[in-house]
Amino acid sequence: MDIRLDGISHTYGETEVLRDISQDIPSGRIVCLIGPSGCGKSTLLRFIGGLERPSEGRVLQLGEPPPGCLNPLTFVFQDFSLLPWRSVRGNVSLVLEDHGIRGSRAKEIISDVLERTKLSDFARAWPKQLSGGMKQRVAIARALAVNPAVMLMDEPFSALDSQTRELLMDDLIALWERQPFTAVYVTHNLAEAVRLGHRIIVLSRRPGMVRRVIDIDMPLSERSYGNPDLQHTRQQLWDLMREEARAADEELQNV
Amino acid sequence: MSDAAAPRQSEPVEIRFRGGGFIPRKRRWIGIVVFVALVALIEWGTRTGIISPLTLPKPSDILATFGELWQSGLLFKHLAPSLSRLAVGAALGASAGIGVGILIGLFSYFREGLVPLVAAIFPIPKIALLPLFVIWFGIGEGSKYALIAFGTFTPTVVATYGAVDNVDRSLIRMGQSFGLSWLSIVGKIVLPGAMPGILSGLRISLAIAIILLVAAEMLGAQYGIGAYILEAGSLYDLERLFAGVVVLSLLGLLTSGLIGLAERRLLDWRT
Repeated sequence: MDIRLDGISHTYGETEVLRDISQDIPSGRIVCLIGPSGCGKSTLLRFIGGLERPSEGRVLQLGEPPPGCLNPLTFVFQDFSLLPWRSVRGNVSLVLEDHGIRGSRAKEIISDVLERTKLSDFARAWPKQLSGGMKQRVAIARALAVNPAVMLMDEPFSALDSQTRELLMDDLIALWERQPFTAVYVTHNLAEAVRLGHRIIVLSRRPGMVRRVIDIDMPLSERSYGNPDLQHTRQQLWDLMREEARAADEELQNV
Repeated sequence: MSDAAAPRQSEPVEIRFRGGGFIPRKRRWIGIVVFVALVALIEWGTRTGIISPLTLPKPSDILATFGELWQSGLLFKHLAPSLSRLAVGAALGASAGIGVGILIGLFSYFREGLVPLVAAIFPIPKIALLPLFVIWFGIGEGSKYALIAFGTFTPTVVATYGAVDNVDRSLIRMGQSFGLSWLSIVGKIVLPGAMPGILSGLRISLAIAIILLVAAEMLGAQYGIGAYILEAGSLYDLERLFAGVVVLSLLGLLTSGLIGLAERRLLDWRT
């Protein structure tokens, strides 16, 4: 199942946020959306996930989601969004209950996703007992449980410290290697983008337009930390964004 | 030369501690100690005559009166109707209040229509409406139930819709993003999220219910803690009056304890 963005523009009141964005998101690949703060990349992600409507343009689904997919477009949020009154297991089971999956079938799925996210020993823990990295693992486990066609990740690791972020990135890559999934990954971190993205879409500052699309063909498993090619791409991205990032930083917030 | 000019030679001095404090800590038994000391002080004052018997009765006499009340069975004759009025009235008022509060929290039409109404009803002293309730619901139990229910209703509504408003919207978006049904979002995200606020609102509502219970019984009841206190007061029987007040305090402790129990049961994820 592919996703096509067809001429998306958006305004909040007087403010133009996004202008004429048309892109394809091919299945089985990770597409990173980067851009200076306030360029509307998270808004674009919410359009794809159907949580908001663009003023103009459409988001199209091409093809059917694979069989067994409970929730084709599944978010992983920056703030984890776990229910504090449910245990780790309960938080995963929440998204299965509405599909009528209970009992032994639910148990099977839950223990599978907890195993894949290295959480098997914490099934009974409360969210408040977990570190930030663990919470995000639970959120990823919850997303995996519904077998999504496309994962929509909204700066999933930006609330975490940098060591934890490295660890979770490794885990995410391992998950992808084990079973490739489609993902749209919003980030402002260039290192994350070159590490995870098969394709990197660079948005300009407000109103957000597509400035450049960069494809990186190197397999994820070969993308080591200090790889010179990746360093080069990263430098290239930074050269592209530096001035705009500065301008965006100096802009007054008109909210 | 002064010491300041030659800092290297001065003795090492430990940094003075200036943090700490401003944090409430658990100090067990202090509450009981204060209570016992206060009662002992009054006992000593009334025995020596510093406090005249017209001002305060002796705590030991109150205890004796309470013992009599217990043994004669009169306590339960008064307590049983009071408890049933409290239970029925508070249950009606609180459940209606929680229901209406949730409707206000979830639907804009209810919010716009009912919030001003609730704000207008809230400050009315419900006791002033008792004569009206007597006309509407009769002199018997009905008017007492209605008074207590009405009095617990408004604070419960306000606490409940405030609690629903405070539920983290990002959790609701999460529910929507996983395709949860509206009922599931309300039942599994909104209600549990609002539960702490609803329970702390109930604490206040139940205290108000006890106040109104006494008021209702003072205005027309043969049996009941309120009637007992009113009768003792009109005879200027201070021992009995205070014995009745002690029963009310115990009732307050009991309801507060029940809420505490419900909090521990329902909100075990919080602590």
